[in-house]
Amino acid sequence: MKPLHKVTGIAMPIERVGINTDQIFPARFLKQPRSVGYEQFTFHDLRRKSNGALRDDFPLNQAKYKDARFIIGNSSFGIGSSREGAVYTLLDAGFQVLIAPSFGDIFKANCFKNGVLTIELPDDVVAELRREAAAADAQEFEMDISEQTLRRPSGEFLSFQVEPFQKHCLMNGLNEIDLTLEFAADIDAFESKQRVRRGWIVRA
Amino acid sequence: MQPRAVFEKIWDDHVIAVREDGQSLIYVDRLLLQENSFHAFDVLRRENRTVRNPSQAFAFADHYVQTTPRGQGMDSVTIPENRRMIELIQADAKAYGIDTFTVGDVRQGILHVVGPEQGISQPGIVLAGADSHTSTHGALGAFAFGVGSSETAHALATQGLWRSKPKNMLIYVEDPLPTGTSSKDLILAIIREVGTAGGFGHVIEYAGPGIDALSVEQRMTVCNMSIEAGARAGLIAPDQKVFDYVKGRPFAPQDAAWDEAIAYWRTLRSDEGAMYDKVVKIDARKIVPMVSWGTAPDQVLPVNGRVPSASSVDDEHQQVRISNALEYMGLAPDTDLQSIALDKVFIGSCTNGRIEDLRAAADVAKGRKATIPALVVPGSGLVKKQAEAEGLDKIFIEAGFQWREPGCSMCVAVNGDNLKPEERCASTSNRNFEGRQGPGGRTHLMSPAMAAAAAIAGHIIDVRELMQGE
Repeated sequence: MKPLHKVTGIAMPIERVGINTDQIFPARFLKQPRSVGYEQFTFHDLRRKSNGALRDDFPLNQAKYKDARFIIGNSSFGIGSSREGAVYTLLDAGFQVLIAPSFGDIFKANCFKNGVLTIELPDDVVAELRREAAAADAQEFEMDISEQTLRRPSGEFLSFQVEPFQKHCLMNGLNEIDLTLEFAADIDAFESKQRVRRGWIVRA
Repeated sequence: MQPRAVFEKIWDDHVIAVREDGQSLIYVDRLLLQENSFHAFDVLRRENRTVRNPSQAFAFADHYVQTTPRGQGMDSVTIPENRRMIELIQADAKAYGIDTFTVGDVRQGILHVVGPEQGISQPGIVLAGADSHTSTHGALGAFAFGVGSSETAHALATQGLWRSKPKNMLIYVEDPLPTGTSSKDLILAIIREVGTAGGFGHVIEYAGPGIDALSVEQRMTVCNMSIEAGARAGLIAPDQKVFDYVKGRPFAPQDAAWDEAIAYWRTLRSDEGAMYDKVVKIDARKIVPMVSWGTAPDQVLPVNGRVPSASSVDDEHQQVRISNALEYMGLAPDTDLQSIALDKVFIGSCTNGRIEDLRAAADVAKGRKATIPALVVPGSGLVKKQAEAEGLDKIFIEAGFQWREPGCSMCVAVNGDNLKPEERCASTSNRNFEGRQGPGGRTHLMSPAMAAAAAIAGHIIDVRELMQGE
């Protein structure tokens, strides 16, 4: 995982409440290997009309968001299926920071595992950010994880919360499996204990 | 000791270590995989990892299996890309020594149907699954939740997962369900009440006389859809019905281990005075058959209801949600639900693909004729076999329903069974999301009995009316 420090770039607003992972990455593309480039599937059906033509009113189809690195979403962003492809597709499309009033639990965990930062801010603040991101001459935002700040196009700084451990992992691009294997002795001890107490569970 | 809820007891029993930031490393007793887990195996290979306890993981071919006749085993999977997905999970599982339930094996089926059926799912365990509907297994008194590919790889490599302790929510169902309704109606009514974000950060415990009265399979339907309320998991304290259900299944504890297990399982009740962060009471006497009208599982109404208009609510977010849903669903405000004509019916899925679900649907289909195409897809090969032993297949076929082979089928619509744009379907599955059953497809969620009634009528109908006089 690549370390995450500062991200500077355009933010794409997504107004809809309750965007689900089927909308971010439709199930019929799940069988594609990552090597095909998942950016071609990002918001695939939301971007299109029923005849398959791109919708001009969907932000991802607008030139100004071509290089966007932030998404300013709405409540319950990423609910539904546990598919991690929903994170891969955002990452492959260049998005590294997602801001919303709330996120689906599994999606949020999947983002963290892939070095994508999710920032939760109050509903009214996020609504303002979406308006800013939607301005005709889209301006850059900047996220600094070390300072836990978000600089808005207006120049104003907002602070955000991130769990200290997640911050440490994201900033250092740490591999969680490696970190957990440092607990191997604890896992061994736990299994030995369970073999005695709950002998029917541990099958190894 | 402080009184504890059943979830806390299971949690406390699985903490391997606690990190400085308060996150706990939780032991994963059972891990369920499906075809889309190939990303997790890619991680293992890329990072040169081994699987710690392969005998505690189980792999399933369900999402991509075709439901047309299987006489030729794998040769009957004629969509090349789907065949490749099934072969991938088979090869990955074999390479790492993981038991597989796949095409050609009568036990093959949907992971959330086969897990309980085989006794893999048990009370008191932590069960992770590479699928969001893993919450299903909570019906047996397990802490069961879905994970993505990275956490699947993590659990394979370490047998653990890091979690902050979720909050605890109690949904208390006061009375048994009225005749003519099912646990699908109950969970749809619950999601309507708490919303798709109502469970964020929480584990839901379902309890009360209304839950006690449900069969174990009916409880699975309830726990299955916990994720649609945004919850991390849903569970029900195990009782004698659960113990009787688990007993004798192939992967359940046997003999002396059974006695030990059941003695422990009997302690898995929520203590008097256990604290909950949130409590919701449901008056089950008011439950009627429920139908979704929109594109989220909380956009649900009693079958005698009318489609809402955006102006019927004050909240701005809700107004937008309603108008988006109406547009996608091709519905006008104030439409009588029962006037909505349908193109297809799907009976099956991890929500409603078990034997009791098929019996409920067959009761309605018996002696009647479907007027629109209707698929019946058993949740597993063993469900199918049982249904055939009871003659349900004949009832369905005589009524003009299609009797299919087991799999996820038109719930996730990646196996070749799907809707065409603007086709409208009565479905016993769990998600009415845009495009879920095929791009442009329109889904109305309901119970198996309601879906069977819809197949007969060709439109949404109150099954209680159809069955009147029987």
